[in-house]
Amino acid sequence: MNSLLDFFSFADPNIRFVVIGSVLLTASSAIVGTFTFLHKKSLVGDAIAHAVLPGICLGFMLSGTKNPAYLIAGAFVTGWISLIGVEYITRHTRIKEDTAIGLVLSVFFGIGILMLTVIQKSGNAAQSGLDHFLFGKAAALVGQDLFVFGTVAVLLLIAVFLLFKEFALLAFDKDYAKAIGLPVRGIELTLTSLIVLAVVIGIQAVGVVLMAAILITPAAAARFWTNKISVMITLASIFGAFSGLSGAYISYIAPAMPTGPWIVIVISTVAFISFFFAPKRGVINRLLRQRNIRRTINDENVLKTLYQLSEESRNFFIQRSAEEIIRRRKFSLETLGKILKRLERQGYVERTGKHWSLTEEGKNRGQRVVRIHRLWELYLTTHLNIAPDHVHDDADTIEHLLTPELEAELEKLLNYPKVDPHKSEIPYS
Amino acid sequence: MNEEIITPALEVHDLTVAFDRKPVLWNIDLKLPEGKLVGIIGPNGAGKSTLIKAVMGLLPLSSGYVKLFDHPIDEVRKKISYVPQRESVDWDFPASVLDVVLMGRYGKLGLFRRPRKADYDVALDCLKKVGMEAYINRQISQLSGGQQQRTFLARALAQQADIYFMDEPFAGVDAATEKAIISLLRTMTEAKKTVIVVHHDLQSVTQYFDWVLLLNTRLIACGPTATTFTQQNLQETYGGKLTLLSDVGDLIRREHFPNREGVIKQPKTI
Repeated sequence: MNSLLDFFSFADPNIRFVVIGSVLLTASSAIVGTFTFLHKKSLVGDAIAHAVLPGICLGFMLSGTKNPAYLIAGAFVTGWISLIGVEYITRHTRIKEDTAIGLVLSVFFGIGILMLTVIQKSGNAAQSGLDHFLFGKAAALVGQDLFVFGTVAVLLLIAVFLLFKEFALLAFDKDYAKAIGLPVRGIELTLTSLIVLAVVIGIQAVGVVLMAAILITPAAAARFWTNKISVMITLASIFGAFSGLSGAYISYIAPAMPTGPWIVIVISTVAFISFFFAPKRGVINRLLRQRNIRRTINDENVLKTLYQLSEESRNFFIQRSAEEIIRRRKFSLETLGKILKRLERQGYVERTGKHWSLTEEGKNRGQRVVRIHRLWELYLTTHLNIAPDHVHDDADTIEHLLTPELEAELEKLLNYPKVDPHKSEIPYS
Repeated sequence: MNEEIITPALEVHDLTVAFDRKPVLWNIDLKLPEGKLVGIIGPNGAGKSTLIKAVMGLLPLSSGYVKLFDHPIDEVRKKISYVPQRESVDWDFPASVLDVVLMGRYGKLGLFRRPRKADYDVALDCLKKVGMEAYINRQISQLSGGQQQRTFLARALAQQADIYFMDEPFAGVDAATEKAIISLLRTMTEAKKTVIVVHHDLQSVTQYFDWVLLLNTRLIACGPTATTFTQQNLQETYGGKLTLLSDVGDLIRREHFPNREGVIKQPKTI
């Protein structure tokens, strides 16, 4: 508990650096990643992430130091080469893009691992810590490194801010952007460079292997909560920053823990929560909505049945037993009991002992369902030329769906008809 | 075949376009006058969309050139507006109707700059013209097909261009909207704008268009509707395929043959 206080009081300047650093890295990756996601280039991001490893090793081998400027330069070069490789393969061979990405990713990563092993076996003392690029280590960010990576992160943010509308338009409608004369090729090159740069600095935090996670996952999670691109980017950066902060903290209390995987676990948890609980787009909400629809259908079917049972006698408020209802329309006794109780709570039916009767409101609602059913059957036969014996099932669904506006339109279109194709009367209130 | 047009809005000279080397448009030569409502008519797979995309420089040309208002296209980009096919974009994109219409101002704004208040005014005005003012803040994923189409139309209007290319603007649009759009296009041509529309429905051609362009892999005819939209031309456009032409196209692809001697272009992914 003490460590928590120590960490979040930010009294230690080292902690301050680490926190600022990791938040900047993850947030800027998330922001660039939002456009990677919207441009449907998620897999490409993964390929770049793996392809920067040989570049980092090359930067180290050529310079002999872990100076981040050299490492970034090396990573940038191989990251770009991998992209050109993917594009070349897709354009000039019959290999499709996903295969090309897989090929390039594994070849570059393989070479990177090979070079890393050679460096580690070389006995060069300066190499220790280079393997942080595999799984990341936010807490290792200090002094000059932080300055360099922080600068790149700020540059990324500025670039995205300046080209925001262009990136959004290209993601939505590239042909149109070309037609109105935007320099599409240049904008795409810029975005790709930003992705490469975001990957290069992001691997400080999570490492090569898991980079795609902090590039894409925050955007994917944010998409569940909003339909506005500006809100989406803000959310993605907050999600990213939160996971970066958690990673830094874990790095701090347990130096032996791999930072990258923890960051990824945090951001994945955020994504899972979004996936299930987000309003509108979340899975739970969808399930709830479907349950409500099923309930509406069941409720209205019972009201409809009670209405139809009394259609001949014209006395709609007769008390009926559950068995009577089931004889007319098949329900299980248990389901019917539940539905009737719900309808009673809502004021559509009344109960006397073992018998149920419609209230005025219940009668009206049942009548409306019957009316729409018969109107729709008539519409299908007169306007779509469908045989009368084929229209019933369709009407059974539509009767629960139609809005009052559409219902009015339908009545007007059919000129308030009296009977449906089966000569049943169409009831108006 | 073409009448002499002194100042054409659009001039296409010897245009050939190929996909994977197989030509889908052969040697198109045409001129269109300014201020007309022009329909591009032809069967499925005739290359109607390909023609307008190639004219706007969205596809690589195998041969020929295109001039707009007597200039190469890249010099007059700001005068061009485009309504792509509705299905060509992913409507589940996080944007509102207003966001999309504002895109029409991006060409005038140039890089880096945000839409200004005046751009919002134009966007709102264009949304009114297409009868979408009630849907300004609606998410585009929640629009009906006709509303999507009208949003695209408003975006094109917001460009305040001189020549408009529209790819099937009536697809998925109800009859009332179609009429409203046509009368809007009419007022545009009266203001000397040129509007070129890829169109499917033969019934309405004579009613809608001043000029028609009949296309089926090659240009059949191009001229005023009254003299060009004839039974004979239609028969040639829709009647039997030119099997020989198609076979030669396949041959070019199989043999990796250049479309023109001396120019060997790599096939491009689009």
